[in-house]
Amino acid sequence: MQNGTSDVLNQFRQGDADAFETLFRLHQRAVYGWILRIVRDPSAAEELTVESFWRIHRAHARFEPAQGFEGWARRIATHAALDWLRANRTRRAESELSTETVAEVAASAAPDPAVTAEIRLKTAQAFGRLPPKLRIAATLAVVEDQPQKDVAAALRISVAAVKLRVFRALRLLKKDLEGQGITP
Amino acid sequence: MNEHDRDRMKKLLQQALRPVGADAEPARDLWPAMLRRLDEESVTPVRAGFNWAWFDGALAAGLVVIVASFPAAIPLVLYYL
Repeated sequence: MQNGTSDVLNQFRQGDADAFETLFRLHQRAVYGWILRIVRDPSAAEELTVESFWRIHRAHARFEPAQGFEGWARRIATHAALDWLRANRTRRAESELSTETVAEVAASAAPDPAVTAEIRLKTAQAFGRLPPKLRIAATLAVVEDQPQKDVAAALRISVAAVKLRVFRALRLLKKDLEGQGITP
Repeated sequence: MNEHDRDRMKKLLQQALRPVGADAEPARDLWPAMLRRLDEESVTPVRAGFNWAWFDGALAAGLVVIVASFPAAIPLVLYYL
């Protein structure tokens, strides 16, 4: 099995189309799930999964089989999602959230009854206004509770930098909410 | 922001945005879309010749202005080309 996987990775590196299809089918779900965690929009996550695999396909000659496919694909997917967040941030009105996110916030029940649906919605909106670099780190590390070393590897930064970005994201979020008269 | 504030902000954020979870999967097989993308890119013609960036255009325009204003500088420009 190990040899089989290694063969597929080597063939992919040489530009073999069948090897690419095998890797796509093996990893599309994981890549989609990772992107969905970042962008929180299922249809965008589907498009970005295809975009990520397109970038993977183009970069096949730079792939190092010894380093494994999953982490490499995750890094490429993270950057595709980051590009989308940046483009989406400028396209959309800053306070606007996707319909899915608003529905999700409204429908979910908070474990703490003091946190009303309005506070949760304003928190989600304020979070959407954060710079994408901070938002992505906080989404993965805090909301999705992913190990910081995985987040660091996906963003190609150090664990200390992840901690710093999460700290800055939470501080900006607090400041934004306080500006709206909400004391978290 | 102290550690207490940070923990409270984390909890608030976790209540505002629920985790997607590990079992998310696309609603459809994405391979057909991938194939379409690969086909589109393979038939997109590659532009032949030079791709002019704005900076190239600005340099060329500057050169034309210099030559037009100071014709005596033409030998000097040719020397450095």
